[in-house]
Amino acid sequence: MHNKTIAQLAKGLQAGDYSSQELTESYLGRIKQHQALNSFITVTEHQAIAASKQADAMLAAGDAPFLTGVPIAHKDIFCTQGVKTSCGSKMLDNFIAPYNATVVEKLNDAGVVSLGKLNMDEFAMGSSNETSFYGSVQNPWASNTVPGGSSGGSAAAVAARLIPGATGTDTGGSIRQPAALCGITGLKPTYGRVSRFGMIAYASSLDQGGPMTQTAEDAALMLQAMAGFDPKDSTSVDREVPDYTTNLNDSLVGLKIGLPKEFFDEALNSEMAAAIETAIKEYKKMGAEIVEVSMPNLKLAIPAYYVIAPAECSANLSRMDGVRYGYRCENPADLNDLYIRSRGEAFGTEVKRRILVGTYALSEGYYDAYYIKAQKIRRLISDDFNKALEQVDVIMGPVSPAPAFGIGEKTDDPIEMYLADIYTIAINLAGLPAMSIPAGFIDNKPVGLQIIGNYFDEAKLLNVAHQYQQVTGWHQQTPKGFE
Amino acid sequence: MSLTVDDVNKIAYLARLGIDTQDTESYAKDLSGILDLVTQMSTVNTDNIAPMAHPLDQAQRLRTDQVSEVNNRDSFQAIAPQVEAGLYLVPKVLD
Repeated sequence: MHNKTIAQLAKGLQAGDYSSQELTESYLGRIKQHQALNSFITVTEHQAIAASKQADAMLAAGDAPFLTGVPIAHKDIFCTQGVKTSCGSKMLDNFIAPYNATVVEKLNDAGVVSLGKLNMDEFAMGSSNETSFYGSVQNPWASNTVPGGSSGGSAAAVAARLIPGATGTDTGGSIRQPAALCGITGLKPTYGRVSRFGMIAYASSLDQGGPMTQTAEDAALMLQAMAGFDPKDSTSVDREVPDYTTNLNDSLVGLKIGLPKEFFDEALNSEMAAAIETAIKEYKKMGAEIVEVSMPNLKLAIPAYYVIAPAECSANLSRMDGVRYGYRCENPADLNDLYIRSRGEAFGTEVKRRILVGTYALSEGYYDAYYIKAQKIRRLISDDFNKALEQVDVIMGPVSPAPAFGIGEKTDDPIEMYLADIYTIAINLAGLPAMSIPAGFIDNKPVGLQIIGNYFDEAKLLNVAHQYQQVTGWHQQTPKGFE
Repeated sequence: MSLTVDDVNKIAYLARLGIDTQDTESYAKDLSGILDLVTQMSTVNTDNIAPMAHPLDQAQRLRTDQVSEVNNRDSFQAIAPQVEAGLYLVPKVLD
């Protein structure tokens, strides 16, 4: 049962082939059995069983929404009412969210049953899940390697078939890179497509929630439920949500695929380059045309990101002050001591690094040189993409320069870790939608193919991804020990 | 670009962020490295380029000036470290 997709499970539930309670219990059993992965921070067993019974009643009554009774889990960055929402941090280890994120609310309305909260890098700052207060997550494909990050728990749990789908968030690659490293499908929507309300903010002008699933079809089903205008999010875009399943089967004959030459330079592992080329050949067979495009400012994406994201995080995380919620130090001498020690004792090293960089970049005398300069670069990068997307329908390339690396291998050198996000970060700066889909293996470690589209063109991305999944079987591979 | 231990202490104070004394040197090294990376931005001329704050250049939405929030004081204060009579408690600020 656990190898079934969301589309198959939803159909089976509607047809009465099995109950939501049976499904929920079966997945809860797998979560327990594979605790060593450390993909969950909280398992909400009792609430899940109760919700599954409710779903079964709705199914029996007929007219239940399409995802009714389908088990999923949320990245622990989404506020879930009455359930611990830690954001992977000691700071929020005692935080029971008083309300639901809009994404959680919308998925509940669509009928899903949440099994719990998934592990992640602390406040979504990391590319390996190693900055989590709750410890690193194992990649199901090789337990001594990282699952990627920051949505590492989401990716590992879907890859290990502990859940058929999960929510994730992507600020600089945090859905796409773990999806690639764990061999699943991940979609970062256009900035503003999915509400950020109740999604704990890291870098507000870049953060975007999205689905992480086995297949593109499942991503379409989850996005359908998650997307839409939300008056509670001031940057949400008021625009109609199309039916994401309608165009999944469109032909790709004549599709123009842009390959940025800067994506295939010396930084790219040669085996990764070969794997991506093989995937592109598959698209040629389906009738797509290849066009070379150029992103002259791509190399500036990481420098600009490491000003903008830390600057925004230093402002966003100032709300964690030990006064209204979260961790508070013992016996503060005065108000300053309360702030300094609560924050000092509860934030991890990577979060502190980014708060410090952001505080420096926003301090008097440096604001123009760093933050405004970075925002100007951001426009140059965005212009590069817009120009390319005038010539082509989608842009393709790798997600990460190499497959999953070893746990502990890069923790001593933060900058080396940052540089590995070169292919994903630029897309967040531009605010474009992008996907990662499974496209092969290097030494039994999954490879992700990145597909980047125009603003609000998620349906096209899903169509392009789905067609590839009709002629390849990479997305159906299950890691050894989890079959 | 190189930051000293003193610089780190100053920035940490601005951020109200406690840093262990034995760690300041390693933060100084990491931060200097990050700033070196960031300095690559200066290789490009950006005169006459408008800074980009929102990916879709969307302006902040306006709404009618009506109270839309419900009173959540009790549920919000239920998770606070220290409250009394509906107020959040902090150490004495004024003598």
